[in-house]
Amino acid sequence: MPTLQEIALKTTGADARIVSGHRMCSGCGIGSIIKTVLAASDKPVIVVSATGCLEVVTTIYPFTAWNTPWMHVTFENAASVASGIEAAYKALRRRGKIDEDVNILAVGGDGGTYDIGFQALSGALERRHRFMYVVYDNEGYMNTGNQRSGATPFGANTTTVPAGKVSFGKPQWRKNLVEIAAAHRIPYVAQAAVNNTMDLYKKAQKGFNADGPAVLAVLQPCASNWSFDSSLTIQYSKLAVETNFWPLYEIENGIVHINTKPSNRRPIEDFLKGQTRFRHLFRPGNEHVIVEMQKMIDDEWARLLKLEESGIQF
Amino acid sequence: MGVRKAITGAQAAAEAMRQINPDVVVAYPITPQTPIVEEFAKYVADGIVDTEMVPVESEHSAMSATVGAETAGARAMSATSSQGLALMWEVVAATPGLRLPIVMSLVNRALSAPINIHCDHSDVMGVTTVGWIQIFSENAQEVYENTLLAIRVAEDNRVQLPVMVNQDGFITSHAVEPVEIFDDALVQKFVGVRSLDRALLDVEHAKSVGPLVLPNYYFEFKRAQEEAMSKVFEVYHEVGTELSAITGKQYPFFEAYRIDDAEAVVVVLNSAAGTAKAAVDAMRAQGKKVGLLKPILFRPFPYAEVREALKDIPVIGVLDRSMDFGACAPVYSEFRNALWELERRPAMQSYIYGLGGRDIMTTEIEAVFEELLSGKLDPEHQRYIGLRG
Repeated sequence: MPTLQEIALKTTGADARIVSGHRMCSGCGIGSIIKTVLAASDKPVIVVSATGCLEVVTTIYPFTAWNTPWMHVTFENAASVASGIEAAYKALRRRGKIDEDVNILAVGGDGGTYDIGFQALSGALERRHRFMYVVYDNEGYMNTGNQRSGATPFGANTTTVPAGKVSFGKPQWRKNLVEIAAAHRIPYVAQAAVNNTMDLYKKAQKGFNADGPAVLAVLQPCASNWSFDSSLTIQYSKLAVETNFWPLYEIENGIVHINTKPSNRRPIEDFLKGQTRFRHLFRPGNEHVIVEMQKMIDDEWARLLKLEESGIQF
Repeated sequence: MGVRKAITGAQAAAEAMRQINPDVVVAYPITPQTPIVEEFAKYVADGIVDTEMVPVESEHSAMSATVGAETAGARAMSATSSQGLALMWEVVAATPGLRLPIVMSLVNRALSAPINIHCDHSDVMGVTTVGWIQIFSENAQEVYENTLLAIRVAEDNRVQLPVMVNQDGFITSHAVEPVEIFDDALVQKFVGVRSLDRALLDVEHAKSVGPLVLPNYYFEFKRAQEEAMSKVFEVYHEVGTELSAITGKQYPFFEAYRIDDAEAVVVVLNSAAGTAKAAVDAMRAQGKKVGLLKPILFRPFPYAEVREALKDIPVIGVLDRSMDFGACAPVYSEFRNALWELERRPAMQSYIYGLGGRDIMTTEIEAVFEELLSGKLDPEHQRYIGLRG
């Protein structure tokens, strides 16, 4: 296992698989996520991006930040495009047209994954293509200015489900993508967050080395649309983990393992405070929303602990 | 000389695919395309081809995975119909812009609603503006040969564009006809192997494919795409000449059937052209000077050649198997456009026929010819053949 410094060295310089000069917002963690994931592959990586932040900021023609083969087609099809690349890879290897050993990586935001790309992802997992799918989850359509997605948390204010006189924002909890992916009985699924590079690196390595598809969901607090100071991205990611809002865990061959258990779970308010999307929850009349959110988080955490303790295979 | 087999249009497409033995085939079944996929899947199961076949969960993913495979460096093929084409439309539209020489069978079927599984051309006519080369086939024999031709046209360096090879749902796809299948080795030499020049899997030369392109360059991309489309004519002609050496046939942009001295000509696509030939023969036997023009290469559209072929024809009827609601029907529009430059323009009449698989009879086409010859035309309105009163 390389040290943090060694990982950092792999992600910088002219040989890095993604290089500087992209147009990510200040404070955006997508760059850290993708660099860490790419550094975890010991083989060349073919990358497919869904339409979204990463695609937009890395490729404005005639420039590209990609120093590794990269492609993009549409919003919802990263997983099916990756299926085709994997099929081509198998066919061309079998026919002796290529001999390089590669990893295939599909990357999308939560909109391109939980919502519009959900069917393509499920199909690709069911067909057991050998590829890793990484979702950088910023909990909504952040590239286009904070619209609601299936990953948006309960109580959040978005432009498509705004908080108002008779609304406290999103009335539903988010989908559990990790468990849905695990229900496909694939070898590796994990949840990671941008604040914990070592954990993310290890998980990406396991995903690349899995004998079959792997899914990695990575929390990516969005300074621009969760509206916090751009110096606080890592801090918010850390708070999401410490409040159990975003537990770090993995499901390896169906067995649940929680990577980090906060010794003293912080109240959810610590995570909510300072984010514009949750500001309305601190106004009189919305106290019940925070109470409900806290209960959901605690219930989910208790459930996850039981899953781990039971040792029952997913 | 080839071997004559009694097969359907769907099997003819699959036979061509067997000989091509693509690196990757991706498909999702839909009536009436299904027998192509089934037939090809059998070839895979029996080891007759060593293609990597990906049976996906939707047509959207079918075209997406085909695009992924083709970009990776594979020769990838697919097939669909109607609703399937509609579902994959987004990716279909992206394919020519990515300059991917994918060949896909389109088994023409009516578009919902109301839902209908039978033949018309409303599926293909909804995608003629997005930049695929469109080739039409009258019968199973043409399906087979056009599929082979399409691979070479698509992959030519001057072109690098996708091709749809059209055939009529059920009428062609499910009807058994004698089809001459040419020698495997000769055909395989003709189709060759796809070059890996642009392959994404060439990791030594990392490429970024499908970037965001803003107003400062998008327009130039599209102009380049049009330039490639304009090269199709010469490439189609060259590749057709090469294929002739195997098949002994000609590969024109359209078939002109008995039009040299014709006083009235009918234009019709795909299987109905066969019916129209029978009508032409019957009327010629009565001494009536009529003929048929069957378009084959519909995108790009050979305006100049069509104009030259029809310049002396006094009256032309164009039969469309789809409508463009509130506007001129699609095939009729092209022929009106093509003939505008003529000094003496012919009289023209638009007809709609066969929607949702309604049969068209030789007697109905003969009636069209009689109408055209009588001069009782109504250019302001399209007429309907075989419609309930």
